[in-house]
Parts: sequence; C-alpha cells; structure tokens
Amino acid sequence: MMELVCPAGTPAALRAAVEAGAHTVYCGFADETNARNFPGLNFSREEMAAGIDFAHDRGAKVLVAINTFPRAGAQDLWHRAVADAAAAGADAVILADIGLLAHAAERHPGLRLHLSVQAAAANPDAINLYAQAFGVRRVVLPRVLTVEEIAAINRETEVETEVFVFGGLCVMAEGRCSLSSYATGLSPNMNGVCSPASHVAYAETAKGQEARLGGFLIHRTARGAPVPYPTLCKGCFTSGDQTGHIFEDPVSLDATRLIPALRKAGVSALKIEGRQRSRAYVTQVVRAFRAAVEAAERGDPMPEGLLTRLTEGQAATTGAYAKTWR
Amino acid sequence: MDLTVGPNPFFWSAEAVRAFYRDLAAAPVARVVIGEWVCSKRLPFWQDEIAGAVDVLRDGGKEVALSTLALITLKRERRMTADLMAAGLPVEVNDLSALAHVPVGAPFWVGPMVNVYNEGTLEWLARRGATRICLPPELPLASIETLARAGRAADVAVEVWGHGRAPLAISGRCYHARLHDRAKDSCQFVCGEDPDGRDVDTLDGQAFLTVNGVQTLGRAVTTVAAQIGALRDAGVASLRLSPHAGAFNDVARAYDTALRGSEAALPATLARLMPHATFCNGFVAAGPGAALIPEQGPGQSAPTRQF
Repeated sequence: MMELVCPAGTPAALRAAVEAGAHTVYCGFADETNARNFPGLNFSREEMAAGIDFAHDRGAKVLVAINTFPRAGAQDLWHRAVADAAAAGADAVILADIGLLAHAAERHPGLRLHLSVQAAAANPDAINLYAQAFGVRRVVLPRVLTVEEIAAINRETEVETEVFVFGGLCVMAEGRCSLSSYATGLSPNMNGVCSPASHVAYAETAKGQEARLGGFLIHRTARGAPVPYPTLCKGCFTSGDQTGHIFEDPVSLDATRLIPALRKAGVSALKIEGRQRSRAYVTQVVRAFRAAVEAAERGDPMPEGLLTRLTEGQAATTGAYAKTWR
Repeated sequence: MDLTVGPNPFFWSAEAVRAFYRDLAAAPVARVVIGEWVCSKRLPFWQDEIAGAVDVLRDGGKEVALSTLALITLKRERRMTADLMAAGLPVEVNDLSALAHVPVGAPFWVGPMVNVYNEGTLEWLARRGATRICLPPELPLASIETLARAGRAADVAVEVWGHGRAPLAISGRCYHARLHDRAKDSCQFVCGEDPDGRDVDTLDGQAFLTVNGVQTLGRAVTTVAAQIGALRDAGVASLRLSPHAGAFNDVARAYDTALRGSEAALPATLARLMPHATFCNGFVAAGPGAALIPEQGPGQSAPTRQF
C-alpha cells in the first residue's frame, strides 16, 4: 500500500493523525529549523520523544522535518536538531540543505535521510546525486512535475518518491523562492515562514476590504465578502491591461483522483500538507486519505468530493500534475 | 573586488544578443557568464550566437563561463546540460542536478540559483570542485561575511548579486503565457515581447514584480551601490551585474569607477542612466528585498524602511 504521510503541528495533531490511520507523521521542532516555523506550533524535545513513542507503539512512523537552510555562522542549531531527532528515535529526518545532509550522513550514518521538497530535486540526475553523495533514501518531489514526468523519474532512480496530494499549493519551485522575503524580509528558506502573519495587515477602505503583505496590496474584495489570506503568489495583481491572479488563484491542491495514476507511476508515499492545521482537520483528512489509498490498493475508484468542505470554500486544483496547468 | 556579468535572464532576438555581447567585450568587467538560464524553449532562437559571443568576449580579455538552466526537468534539458560540460569552458551550475555531469574534483562555478546559505554547503561544494560561488540574492550581510571568510579558507571566490532585478522564483508554469491565456507548451514565445520582462503592479498601482516566462523577478533594480564598502570589507571577490536592456555598458562602467574608489557618485549615476527604474537593496541589509536603505557599514544591519 502507498504510505500515507500526514502533518502534525502539535502533539495533539500527531496523536489524532496516528489514530485516524496515518502510516507516518511528519513534524518539526519549535524553532527556525523547520519550514513551518509558526507561533504556537511544533514540538519541544520532550514532546518529540513522547510523540515518537506514541506513534511507534501504534505501528506508525515519525519523520522530523529540519528543512530550512542553516544560517551561516549558526549551523549548530541545525546540527543539534538532527542529533536530537536521532536520539528521540525518529524514523528519518527530512533535510534540504547540502551542508546539513553532509553533516548528517557523516555524523549519524544510521539515520535515514529524506530529501525535502525544499531541495527542489526535479529530475533523476539531482535525485541520484543526493543518493550517491549522502545516501538519501527518499525524495519529496517539487510540485512542478506532471504525473508522466514522475513516472519517468521513478524509472531512473532507486530512491523512493513522495508527492503532495492535498493542502496548500506552492506554485513556484519550493526552496527556490524569495518572493516572501522580497516583500517582508522573512523567507521559507531562512526563517521557515512564507507570507508571515506578522507582516499582514487588513483594512476597510472606501474601495473595499484590503489585505496587505509587507505593505504591498495582495487582495481587495467587496465589503462583506471574505478576504483571502494574503499569500503572495495567490494575490490579485495588474499587468498591462489585465487584472487577476497572475500566478495562481487562491486554490488548494487536491490530487485524490490522481492517486491510482501516481501509484502506477511508482510513487511510494503520499504527503498531506498542513502542519499549521487543527487536530480536527487532520483527523478528517487523514481518515479520508487512508480510505482512498486502501481503495487504490484494491483497484476501486477514488471516492469523489470527499474533502470538498475542508478546502475552506476554495477551489481545488490538481496543480502541475496535469500538463495543462503550466 | 571585480565585476562579473551574469547570464541574460530575458528573451532577446539573436541580433540583440549579438550586439549586446559585442558591446560588452569593451566593458570593464572581469568575466561573463553566458547561456540560457530561464527557459530551454528559447535557446534554439539564439544558441548560434553563443560561440561568436564567447570569442568576442575572450578577445576582449574576459573570462567566460557557460550557464546551465535554473530548473532542469526534461530529458532534453538534461542532455543539453551534459553537452555544456563538453564545450571546454568553465560551467556555472544553476541547478544542482548539473553536478551529476561534472566529474568529481573537476572545477565548476556555482550560480545564484543554487542554495548556498552556510559554510557547510560552501565547503561541500568546494570539496566537489567549486572555485567560484555567486550567493543567493536574499542573503543578508552577516551571512555574506561568514561565507566570504569560508570561501577564502576553501579557495572559493565568493560573489554577490550586485546589480539588476533579483531573481525571486522559478516555476513549472509560464506566467507570460498565462497572461496571454496560453499554456507553456503553446506559449508562442510571448516573453520575447518584453525585453526587460513584464511589469506586475499591485491593485493600487504600486510597482511590485516582473514576470519573465517561468521566472519572477523583483520590479525594483537591486543595487549594492550603498553597500560596496561593507562588501569589500567582507572580502567579497566580485559583484554580479545582471544584463538588462538599455545603457548596460554605461552601468558596468559606473560600477567599475565605484570599485576604483569613487563610490559616492554611483547611486546618482545609476539614477541618471536608468531614469525609469526604482532601486532597492534590502536583502543585503537584512530587510525586505524591495526596501531601499541609504548606506550600510560593515557588520551593521541597517534599520529597514517599511513601504
């Protein structure tokens, strides 16, 4: 069966995900070493150890994401995170930075290494390079590839592939995007945040409700209508005589119906985005996807519209997996 | 500290490419990186100019390297990358997968699209054969100082994004084509209509970003004009100038004059040479990249201005 890899931003979400049927949970420490460095989220060292014990007791695995790029002169913080994850019994660490991969491979030879989506390894040459150089066993593929391209990658590598199937959608190659820091000074790569809430401002104006990021207007809606969160690449902008969502509509990813095709393409694991999500959300999504991967295993059709209400009234897309998206 | 001209991010005609490099051969820059960086679909339209440009630049005394693409996904693109290594020139790696085609220990350069954020990564690349690394544009001065020091210890020349709209993102999707209601596969090469990329403004008319095919750039022109002293003190080996339309050789001359000791006049000279541009330098100042701070001394993180 394809492995279902589920998000946990808190110990409660971890327990909820495991109880809802997650094969594997991924989480991070409460600092800038992980790419979901949001206030009130993530795990202390003690919580991580307890969470891993809880999961292992129930036959589930825990992956620890240490997937920002260590700050020059402060690499120790990231090195300690890898050592602590290993000591807590993590089944693997998810890393993006070459220097950190080299460190982990040398100092923790028994620790299984997964390559984060933040490393943007988008072809077999890159993936095999990480495997040869650091012994990487699994790669989380960037969301710029079609199902056909994923199948082609799997034909050329022994490294397991994991792909995102649900949740937030990056439209840029992850780990290679400085849009957020251009507007706010804080980036996914350096700070583990994208379009951070600390730099968001909402206002009622004569022209409507406005959402700004770092002072730049990202959304404007009519009074009374909901204002989307101002994630930079989902904003509404003007170019020449055109106004609209130049990069992407405020959509989220739902590749449920592609699960059989992804399975056929040789994908080992399906990943759900959303470490910032509530425990209730995690429970519902995990339960639905566990049913979907079991259906795929039996060759049954995918359940339709299972998660529509969880996409928060937003439209869903299959993203780059369909070639027409480009 | 000297000057390096990076690969042209934009889609220009073969004639425009030829004229650009012919002129650049006379510019006061130490080296030039040439090659298609953004979209492999553009290359057939101008690749026949590369050999001639390399010759004219080398005749002008420049060191010349070939750039890989910044995002390599297709089989054709991987073959192209392997072929680059056979050209007998230094290669600048802008997608790490290109390293798969570089024999271990053979020298190569690393471009700004490869994530070199810390000493560990720099040292690994140096062991693998890197001799020159242009750092990602979003790095603050404190990181640049540490990396320049690590570079000197590892015999790697460290370069910083010095001038030009900063590359902020690359995607599988073509935004130029999307603006014309087309998919990437049927783009009809519309990015060629915008020699400096296509402007993207906020709904209240603030200049914000630039779309360039699958790439997104800042709209303001990044310049380290006010930070040259700090970068020199940090031990940065070279400033990277990114090609753009209009007065580029004059811009290169202005930076050369500044490097020779008269840097105070540089901001005013740039404003005169690029009258329609707004400028920014926030990344080096550890603030929003789009911000402009007046001057920055060594080791000093200047307060950033919110827009």
